[in-house]
Amino acid sequence: MKTFALAGNPNCGKTTLFNALTGATAHVGNWPGVTVDKREGVYKKGSEHAAIVDLPGIYSLSPYTPEEVIARNYILDEAPDGIINIVDATNLERNLYLTTQLLETDVPVIVALNMMDEVAKAGDKIDVAALERELGVPVVPIAAVKGEGVAELMSRAVAMGERKGGTAVESIAHKAEELKRFYEAEGVPSPLFHAIKLLEKDEIELSRSGAQKALEAVTDGETDYEAVIADGRYTYISQKLSPARTRGAKSKQLSKSDKIDKVLTHRIWAIPIFLAVMFLIFHLTFSENLFYLNGFTEAQGWMPSLEECGMDTDSFGVKLLACIYDGAVFSPGAILTNVVELLLNTAKDGVVSGMEAAGAAEWATGIVGDGILGGIFSVLGFLPQILVLFMFFSLLEDSGYMARIAFVLDRIFRRFGVSGRAFMPMIMGFGCSVPAAINTRTLADEKERTATIRVIPFFSCGAKLPILTAVAGGIVAAFGIGNPDAITFLMYLLGMVAAIVCILLMRNTTLRGETPPFIMELPAYRLPAFKNLMLHLWDKTKHFVKKAFTIIFASTVVIWLFSHLDWRWHYLPDSEMQDSILASIGMFIQPIFTPLGFGSQLGEFGWVFAVAAITGLIAKENVIATFTTLAICIGAYLGEGTEAGIEELSGLISVISANTGIGTQEFTAALIAFIAFNMTTIPCFAACATAKGELPKGKFRYTLLFWLAASYTIAAAIYTIGAWVWPLAVWLVAIAAVTALIVLRNTGRWDITKYFRRKNNKPKKQKAHGCCDCGSCGLCEGKKED
Amino acid sequence: MEKLLSEFKKGEAGTVKAVGGEGAMRRRLFDMGITPGASVVMRKVAPLGDPIEVTLRGYELTLRKAEAACVTVEVK
Repeated sequence: MKTFALAGNPNCGKTTLFNALTGATAHVGNWPGVTVDKREGVYKKGSEHAAIVDLPGIYSLSPYTPEEVIARNYILDEAPDGIINIVDATNLERNLYLTTQLLETDVPVIVALNMMDEVAKAGDKIDVAALERELGVPVVPIAAVKGEGVAELMSRAVAMGERKGGTAVESIAHKAEELKRFYEAEGVPSPLFHAIKLLEKDEIELSRSGAQKALEAVTDGETDYEAVIADGRYTYISQKLSPARTRGAKSKQLSKSDKIDKVLTHRIWAIPIFLAVMFLIFHLTFSENLFYLNGFTEAQGWMPSLEECGMDTDSFGVKLLACIYDGAVFSPGAILTNVVELLLNTAKDGVVSGMEAAGAAEWATGIVGDGILGGIFSVLGFLPQILVLFMFFSLLEDSGYMARIAFVLDRIFRRFGVSGRAFMPMIMGFGCSVPAAINTRTLADEKERTATIRVIPFFSCGAKLPILTAVAGGIVAAFGIGNPDAITFLMYLLGMVAAIVCILLMRNTTLRGETPPFIMELPAYRLPAFKNLMLHLWDKTKHFVKKAFTIIFASTVVIWLFSHLDWRWHYLPDSEMQDSILASIGMFIQPIFTPLGFGSQLGEFGWVFAVAAITGLIAKENVIATFTTLAICIGAYLGEGTEAGIEELSGLISVISANTGIGTQEFTAALIAFIAFNMTTIPCFAACATAKGELPKGKFRYTLLFWLAASYTIAAAIYTIGAWVWPLAVWLVAIAAVTALIVLRNTGRWDITKYFRRKNNKPKKQKAHGCCDCGSCGLCEGKKED
Repeated sequence: MEKLLSEFKKGEAGTVKAVGGEGAMRRRLFDMGITPGASVVMRKVAPLGDPIEVTLRGYELTLRKAEAACVTVEVK
């Protein structure tokens, strides 16, 4: 079976072609550089099967970004049977720049001229035969979105023979002739490619032994070959290749994309539009009062609930209606959640009552109903909202608006020492930290990447959303204060502020460096392809459900077992849970969380919070699953209140506040601190594993400590301030002190760290500045690097 | 008349004369098509005054003023 590599610029439809060829469900986006994984698939439609490898989207084969290096190494080292170079026909000139570099290798190349349908729509024509003659390799027009021309592309690709030596643009080729002989003597494949890169003073080539000498022998040391070669390529393209395209009359008009752009990046309206779009997305996903039809405050509410309409709220039909409307119209995200929850609860009740009817033992119905089904269903119930949120972000990404957001916001982000590009992975963090961390590969600067990866978890991901909504809902239901929407929104905001502050701290201390350049393509606005969007969502659903049934399944069963077994491995009924293994572990670690408000002060049930925070390290979905499982058990233990009453988190909150007599204000502060802790602490296993892979060597340990320190500090601040207000002053002084020290150090007036450096090479404690000894907040580690 | 790309006003057009800067940033400018001889049109400035958007080689490119200051352009 032959192997082909797919190479091309970002946004040229490479991933769409990959999907069309392999039927795989790869993600398609409009953000430059979204394809950063290596994906493989098999093309099975032709007479001969072919393996397809999707290379990252790149503009060039220079050695500066990880993607370029990945693509370059693959082409040179793995020697595929051919490169399918996908070229965006609507943007021939810049796309062919990469082609001229690919042609310099020994690997056979076939050009797939994509988006020919759009070229035709614009009224333009491309002379494919002329292009083929000039390039000397097969050129096949295709439209990847519609699957047109794909069969011909593959049959011609498979038929390609071996290629003898690369070809270079004439003006470059003769200059590289002598250096080519150097590589030929070394027996290196693709000598022409290496020779030209050496002429460009490419870092990778210069590191080869003898290369520096060979280069010096050939060049005069004055000519700027990097400029000459880039110029040579573009001159060749504009003189020989671009004439293949004849422009129609239509292309002179202001395109639709330009008109949209005029509004979306308007001098005054751009930022209000961006904020409105963000608000609309969150409103459509989470609101239980769509477009404020029922008034902005409770007092303005005029819509009657279904019960007030005299309907039988126990019948299934009315329950279904209540998913859409019950005293207010719900948003699409909330409606979907309600429907799914209704179906899941009906299914669970059916199973439990079936088991009871069959005479199953109490522990058996317990582990199935409360342990397994309860845990999994409580997690699956949040799937709709996560998917709706994902859908909106994919729409923004695929339409090209995300790139404009980076354009509009770069000025703001630069102040914090990162580029507008770093905004992309951060906002993706609202969906899931894993793809967000991978997306940081589009950031060329290592320090910028490290800082960005560290704050990604602060952008509360889909799995953390249940913690926010459930706890916020619990606070509102138990105490009848506040507004769950407002609490949720403020928590999101808190995460963002924390991220900005931490980035500022890191970029000024441990991860100091120049703000990286921001030179980025703004892709044309496109209507997102429905099929690609659905493939993407399906992919997410599969991933989430798989997680629900593996990691979360295992951990809910383990939690259930630990909460129903004592240290002698005897089964305990729900009512004796206080003696369980889980309870004693929870009680043991409970005091750690006392400064955060959900430790010892919550009395005999406070350990539930400690356990939930710990299980959240496996997967954040576990936090609420743990509460659900444990709340049922506590309900049984107390022997008061029906199971349904305590199943909700609000029930648990009421029980705890009744039991301990803790004040409403203090407990609310503790619960919000609990949300903040879970939001900013070490993310789930999957995100940690990804972060470890993406971070530079040795940075992961500090990153873990950073997450722990940040979450502990933030949660402690919220609790102490929320409960007593006066600590606000203490925290403000501490923050001001840290800021002042950094400013003083940066302006060179007073570098506190030098005192520590002299005394001790590895300083540890710096508590005086409100800094812990983790090293990742910056103050300690910075000394080592200096 | 020659001036820096960063000094361009909205709607001004010109031909690139020289590209300064060094290392990764300069290479990136080349790779994105900012080479001597390329014609550029200044499209707009971001709402907060930076970065800028230019049209060149048939597509839209955004870069900061700091980077545009490395590009010398002959005004048309």
